[in-house]
Amino acid sequence: MSKGDIRNLLRRDQRADRVVPPTGFTAQLTLFVSGAMAFLAVFALALSLASGRLADRWASELAGAVTLRINAPLDQRAAQVEAALTVLQQTPGVASARALTDEEQAALLSPWFGSDLSLDTLPIPQLIEIIEGEPGLDAAGLRLRLGAEVPGAVLDDHTRWREPLVDAATSLRRLGLISILLIGGATAAMITLAANASLAANAQIIEVLRLVGARDRFIAGAFVRRFTYRALFGAAIGTLMGMSGVLLLPEASDAGGFLTGLGFQGVGWVLPVLIPVLGAVVAFLATWFAARRKLKELS
Amino acid sequence: MGTGVIELESISYNYGGGELLSDVSLRLQPGSFHFLTGPSGAGKTTLLKLCYGALLPTAGRLMAFGEDIARLDRDQMALLRRRIGVVHQDCRFLDHMTLAENVALPLMVSGRAETGVQENLTELLGWVGLGSRLDSLPPELSGGERQRAALARAVILSPDVVLADEPTGNVDWEMSQRLLHLLVELNRMGKTVLIATHDLSLIRAAKSQVQARVLRISQRRIQLAGADL
Repeated sequence: MSKGDIRNLLRRDQRADRVVPPTGFTAQLTLFVSGAMAFLAVFALALSLASGRLADRWASELAGAVTLRINAPLDQRAAQVEAALTVLQQTPGVASARALTDEEQAALLSPWFGSDLSLDTLPIPQLIEIIEGEPGLDAAGLRLRLGAEVPGAVLDDHTRWREPLVDAATSLRRLGLISILLIGGATAAMITLAANASLAANAQIIEVLRLVGARDRFIAGAFVRRFTYRALFGAAIGTLMGMSGVLLLPEASDAGGFLTGLGFQGVGWVLPVLIPVLGAVVAFLATWFAARRKLKELS
Repeated sequence: MGTGVIELESISYNYGGGELLSDVSLRLQPGSFHFLTGPSGAGKTTLLKLCYGALLPTAGRLMAFGEDIARLDRDQMALLRRRIGVVHQDCRFLDHMTLAENVALPLMVSGRAETGVQENLTELLGWVGLGSRLDSLPPELSGGERQRAALARAVILSPDVVLADEPTGNVDWEMSQRLLHLLVELNRMGKTVLIATHDLSLIRAAKSQVQARVLRISQRRIQLAGADL
């Protein structure tokens, strides 16, 4: 089908459009399905975009940080920390390194042990925060050197738990995109059913049109236009409602964690505008193929 | 064979397991006027449907304007039907559209709805005596008005052939004469006309107006009738 054919099919022609009676349950069904699916697509898109942002943030925030843990008896701890800091200062790829204060370590443990935790009562290792520079750190080489000079040091480059988190966020993004595809497929299936029902209900009208010399393109066009514009209208309403719902979600905050960051950000607000257009494209193709098939059956 | 606008060559048609038409041959010459008669169920409507491609013969060959109908695809069939105007017994209107829209339907589907339609339409509906019913819906029309509207729709594209299936079946004598007069006028304009009817009085009335050939379907075949009519 050429661009000109598509343009001709979609060009409004009130007289030609009147050949198909404007009533019937298929009109309401198409409007409702397009609206509901567009509403769901807005949330799937929001979820997908938020997951993508989360994956990027986790990956970038954790990629540049490494933790060194000093597990040593109390009387040797200060010396080992000092030795470790000396090694780190001499290591290429380390931008900075500093031992966390007791207050900072207590703050890290407070979610599990409460805020009035005294570190003296627990065998807590000393943590050293390392910020990577450019080029990156050779973690394997550093481990070997620390093993020789600081026996109680354990280097944690966060790979162990960063990767599953980033994988989880990436999977969520993928699920969001799959949901959008499924929504598109379900919309196409429902509109195909509605178009088939409408074509079957109007079989006598199709017969009359054929008797007076109508080609399949003319007959299909009358149905395609009707379903495409209905889907566009329904999807526009659904998208507006979905965007309103997203607007009402709480703002992203550290306290709320992932769930409060589900909305759109920046140019992300433009993407939902494409949903009604995609809905109309899906309806156009679904109705076109349904009409061609049905008209062949009816011939 | 050749030169006929519609030619049936040894056509047979089976319907519901039985043979309705057998070895039928017929040639409609350009500008000719034919009546097709016979008892109910003899196959008059079937023969008309074969002529405009609504049915395909089970045997034999059917040529329309030099084309073998069996070889036409759906688009070519649509173009063929624009050259054949059909007046159906039950008229077949779209009840949600006005009379004017129904009559203009062939123009609309052929993409000719833009050019001077309103004037032509008004003139055409005036010719069939329906100039004042443009905005009426089909269910609001009487039987005679519906038949005349169907005739107007059949000829709006100025087809080469007009096929009419029992055009006077639901109208009184006066209206049937008026319809006959319209069909005769069309024939004088050069159109080929084939009327299927069981109304012998209509055929007798036509004799004074037009040189018509009368065909009778009997025992699945076509015979030339005439002397007894």
